[in-house]
Order: sequence, then C-alpha cells, then structure tokens
Amino acid sequence: MQLIILGLNHKTAHIEIRERLAFQESEMEKALSQIHSLPSFKENMILSTCNRVEIYAISHEPEKAIRELKNFFSRYHELPLKEFEKSLYLLIGEEAVRHIFQVASSLDSMVVGEPQILGQIKSAYAMATESRTSGIILHRLLHRAFHVAKRVRTETRIGGSAVSVSSVAVELAERIFGSLKQRVVLLIGAGEMCELAARHLVAGGVEKILVTNRTYDRAVTLAQEIKGETIRFEEMALGLKRADIVISATDSSQYLITHNPIVKVMKERKQKPIFFIDIADPRDVEPGVGDIENVYLYNIDDLQKVANENMKDREKEAHKAEAIVQEEVTKFVHWYQSLEITPTIIALKKKFEEIRKRELEKMFSFHPHLSEKERQSLEALTSAIVNKILHDPLTRLKQKDEEAMADVYLDALRTLFQLPDLTAEERMEED
Amino acid sequence: MDIYFFKFASLLYLLGTLFYSVYILLLKNSLSKLAAAIVTIGFASHSLALLTRYVEAGYTPVTNLHESLSFFAWMIIGILLIANLKYKIKVLGAFLTSIALILMLFAFALPKEILPLAPVLRSFWHPFHVTFAFLGNAIFTLAFCCGVIYLIQEHQLKSKKMGAIAKRLPSLKVLDDLNYQALTFGFPLLTLGIITGAVWAEYAWGRYWGWDPKETWSLITWFLYAAMLHQRLTVGWRGRKAAIMAIVGFLAVLFTFLGVNLLLSGLHTYSNWKP
Repeated sequence: MQLIILGLNHKTAHIEIRERLAFQESEMEKALSQIHSLPSFKENMILSTCNRVEIYAISHEPEKAIRELKNFFSRYHELPLKEFEKSLYLLIGEEAVRHIFQVASSLDSMVVGEPQILGQIKSAYAMATESRTSGIILHRLLHRAFHVAKRVRTETRIGGSAVSVSSVAVELAERIFGSLKQRVVLLIGAGEMCELAARHLVAGGVEKILVTNRTYDRAVTLAQEIKGETIRFEEMALGLKRADIVISATDSSQYLITHNPIVKVMKERKQKPIFFIDIADPRDVEPGVGDIENVYLYNIDDLQKVANENMKDREKEAHKAEAIVQEEVTKFVHWYQSLEITPTIIALKKKFEEIRKRELEKMFSFHPHLSEKERQSLEALTSAIVNKILHDPLTRLKQKDEEAMADVYLDALRTLFQLPDLTAEERMEED
Repeated sequence: MDIYFFKFASLLYLLGTLFYSVYILLLKNSLSKLAAAIVTIGFASHSLALLTRYVEAGYTPVTNLHESLSFFAWMIIGILLIANLKYKIKVLGAFLTSIALILMLFAFALPKEILPLAPVLRSFWHPFHVTFAFLGNAIFTLAFCCGVIYLIQEHQLKSKKMGAIAKRLPSLKVLDDLNYQALTFGFPLLTLGIITGAVWAEYAWGRYWGWDPKETWSLITWFLYAAMLHQRLTVGWRGRKAAIMAIVGFLAVLFTFLGVNLLLSGLHTYSNWKP
C-alpha cells in the first residue's frame, strides 16, 4: 500500500496548463469516481485550486497506478500527455506525507502563510468523503494535515504580518487609528488604483469615502459606484479637513499636496492625525509633509519595503514550521507502518500470551496444592483456547483476497486490542 | 503582620513584571492573563497589608515615606486593574507593575516601624488629602506610561518601521485617548488633593497656604496639568505634544512627591525617611 501524489503547481506549470488541468467543483464527484473505478486505486482525493492541481491516491501497485493516473489526466482533460508531463511531479510514501503537510500549512503556497489553502483542502477532503473515495488512510492523513496546519499557525508567526501593499496600508492605518471603523477616507484621483484601494477600505469597514478628481464627472461616477461623496477638485482642502486617510493616485506631474497648506489644514483639524498614502508615480505628496506633527506619509515604495520585510520574517518562520512538519511526518509514518500485517500479528499474539500467562500465575498462586501434572494440563488447555480464538482472524488476515481490506482490519485490531505503536496521545487525536 | 502581606505583594508584583516581560517577548496571550491574575492577587495581598497596618496603627497609614511609597504603589496597581477592564493594552501592565515594584522595593528599604501619630497629622482631612493626591498621582503615572509608549510607536511609524517593536505596541489612538482620559480624571483629583491639603493646613497651622516647598511644587504641577488640559481643548495639543506633556507632568509629580522631601526642607519633612 502506498500513498501517491501526482500533480502540478505554480512552481512547475504555467497558468495556462494549470487552467487546462484544473477540475471544476461541479465535476469533482464525477472525476473522483472515475479514478476510483480504475483497478489499482483504493482511495483518492483531488485538490484543485488556482495555484495547484493534485491527486492524492492510495494504491497497492504504485507503478501501475501512476501510469493510470497520468492517462486519466490526459483523457479527462483531452490533452496529450507529452504536453504537460514535464510539469507533473510525483511523490510517494513519506515524501508525499511531507508534501501534504506542507501544503496544508501553507508552506508550499505562492504567498507563504496565506490562509485560504487550508479551507480549500478541507473542502476537497469533504468532497472525497461525500463521493466515498476516501478511506481510512486518507482520513487519517487529512486529519493529521489539519492538525499540523493548526500547530504551524499557533506555534509560528507565519501568517502574522501583512505582505501585500494594500494589507500593509490597512495595518498601518490600524496602528494609527485603532481601527478603520468610523474613519473618513479621501480619494484623490478616480483611476483604477483609487478604485481598488477604495474597495479594500470599504471591506475594512471605513465610515465614509470622499472622492475628488480633476475631471469632476469621473469623480461622480466612482463615488456612485462605491457609495461615496464627491468633492470638487478646487475644494480639496475641505476634504483634507474631514478625512483621516488620504489616498492619492493621480497622474499629476507635480506635487498636489505640499507642506505649508497641510500645516494650515492641521491647525484647522485641531491636530487630528492624518494618514497620507501616496500611490502615484510620480508622487503627489511632497515628502516634507511627512515631517509635520500628527501627519503620517507613506508612498508606494515605503509600503512595498514594509511588505518585503514582512515577507522575510515569514520565511524565517517557515523554517520553524518545517521542523513541526518533520515531527508530524515521523509520527504519521509510524502509524502507517503499524498497518503492516506481520508486526500486528506478532503484537496481537504477544498480548494474548501475556494475558494467558498472567492469569495462570494468579490461579497457581491461589491453589498451591496443584500437582505438576495438573499444572501442565492447564498450560495446554489455555494455550489451546488462545490459539483457537486467534486462528480464524489470523488466517483471514493472511488471505490474499482479503488484502484490500487489510488496512481496515489492522487498524481495527490495533484500536480494539490497544496494541502499542500508536501512542495514547495519537489515539485521542483520532476522534 | 502587615509586613508579611507587604512582602507577599512585592513578590507577586515581581512575578507579574516577569510574566508581562516574557509576554512581550513571546506574545502568548496566556502569559499576559497569568500576569494579570498574579498582579490581582498581589493587589489583594497589598490591600490586606494596608488594612492590617491601619488596624494596628489606628490611623490611615500614609504618614512616613515607607507608607507613602507603599500607598502610591497600591494606587498604581489599582489603576492598572481598572484600566485593564476597559483597554486591552498589555504592555501597560509591564510598565505599571514594574514601577509599582520599584516603589515597593524602595519602601521596603526604609524604616517600617509604626510610630505614634504626630499631632499635626491627627486630622479628619488627612486621609482625604492623601487619597486624592495619590490617586491623582497614580493616574498621572498611567498617563506617563502611555506617553512613553506613544513616543516609541510614533517614532516607529514616522521612521517607517513595522517590525517587532511596533507589533507589540497599541495604536496611537488608544494611547492618546487613554492619555486624555487620565488627564480628565487626574486633574480634578489633583485639584481636590490640593484643596483638602489647604483645608487641613488651616486646621494644623492656622493658614490655608504658606508657600512651603511642597505647596509651591504641587501648585507648579497643577499649573502644568491645567495648561495641558487647556491646550488640548483649545488648539488641539494631542498626539506627540500631549505625550511629551504627560511625561513632563509626571516628572513634576515625582519631584513634588520625592524631590521636595529629599532635597528641600519644609513642613512636609515629617514624611522624610529619617524617623
């Protein structure tokens, strides 16, 4: 029995190929059951996001299964294998376990630490469960993966700080104003950049958005779209007096906002803090404005710099996360190996033998008058009982045609008879 | 008896300071909760220390420097616990608990015997005077901490850093709000402290005001805070200026409380550390 992962992601395949090979959510059930009906598959699950397409499968005959899987990809998406075979990666056994733990913990993501991937894996797993293509091993593997992801999130700061320009801007605003709620935003310019920023801030919960633009009509259009209020360009000072956050993104070739007028505005505002975000190129806000008390000025380069620094932090945290992943991979592999037939049989026999010995000794000590001969008969009798009890299940387990169910039986045996190998802690987490 | 509660409280403030510091390093919320719980128990023990001393001495135990420092520390922790209810600023816990701890250690090093009450202190007004004055001082201590944290956070923002330090500090708005709130509560208390002091002085020495160094300095402090409040309400001295003023005001408070006793001589010298 082997765990196989066959797939491609943003590192190995171009977006066009990823799109061609993606599985739509609506067809997921069909795809899952098609793989399931292939002869060498026991369990399978498909993870399909915009950055990766991966098939997780459990099979007795890995080589055959890999061939079948590649052909399935090509047949299902009607794309010749040679066009995408180079982009595929194949992971088997322990490597595959490590991979899924890394994916779930967002260590393999394009933006390391982004939180969506865990939800995507969860729904992929839910679909496999609904389509009845996942079994005991995938069940266990996925639950461990969720557990690892949770550990990584709580024990490292991998998702801690903002790594995109817009989230850095929001975080800075929160550092100044506590929260975006009840804040007034002034947009200078009505281009695409401003619209994008506005939508981000509305999502963040700002109270009101004022829009001003050299061409008044465009300001009106944007204001209508985002339910904002329009201010005439000549009356920008009024907006500056009211706003807490000012986002400027015009294509003006000279500074629109300069030092001295802002000093005056600050007086009128009674020194209420103001946050300028200058995303224009060339810049709209004179750099000296940032030196005024209670004025905070960040331009696009500043935001980018903070984002990059945070990214470096995340990479550092990723090292810690790798250690957690390694620890969990070892645990999982232990459990996985315990599903081998021979060690389970040995452990089971050992347990029965121990019980038999212990009970016999107890009885011998209660009845010291028993003769040597009587003792020998009792030994023989108890041994016979144990062997008879174990005979049927053990023969069944060793039968070739029961191989497909072997892992279920083995796991049940280990659980019911509390055979060692699984630590108590792991057993609890299983629930 | 009271000294055991006092020692236990000091020990818990020490532990609280340690846990708050480790919290700031590791940012584990459970640590700050633990620290808050420890400090709360410390406060309870400290309250018992004051209560037993009150019962034993038969007067409000704020008559010498040991007692005053201990009382001041108790008020500071009390203010911290109240601030914790409304504002979730854990860094403040580290600041205020360590200040209280220093005051406790200082108090511990001073003579602690309970002496017969000096006749001049035997007054109806004495407990009111010290309670108002120290409660005001404790609130100004809180404002001082907010001011310091504000300046650090503001520097981080202005120099465009968003690193480990900025991440651990609250937003500028919360700090400034708290600073202002402290001012609105602290200033009336300081005023009441001075008025009750004057009334008491009339009973004790037959005059309301005698330009004794303590009186002079508390008036200077009062003017500083009055100016702060005035500037804030009229021209909007907030943010950086308010933070700096809170720090300056606190230095004046400290000088009025300790500097005057240690460096200048006057009527309040009965609370000097020489018994």
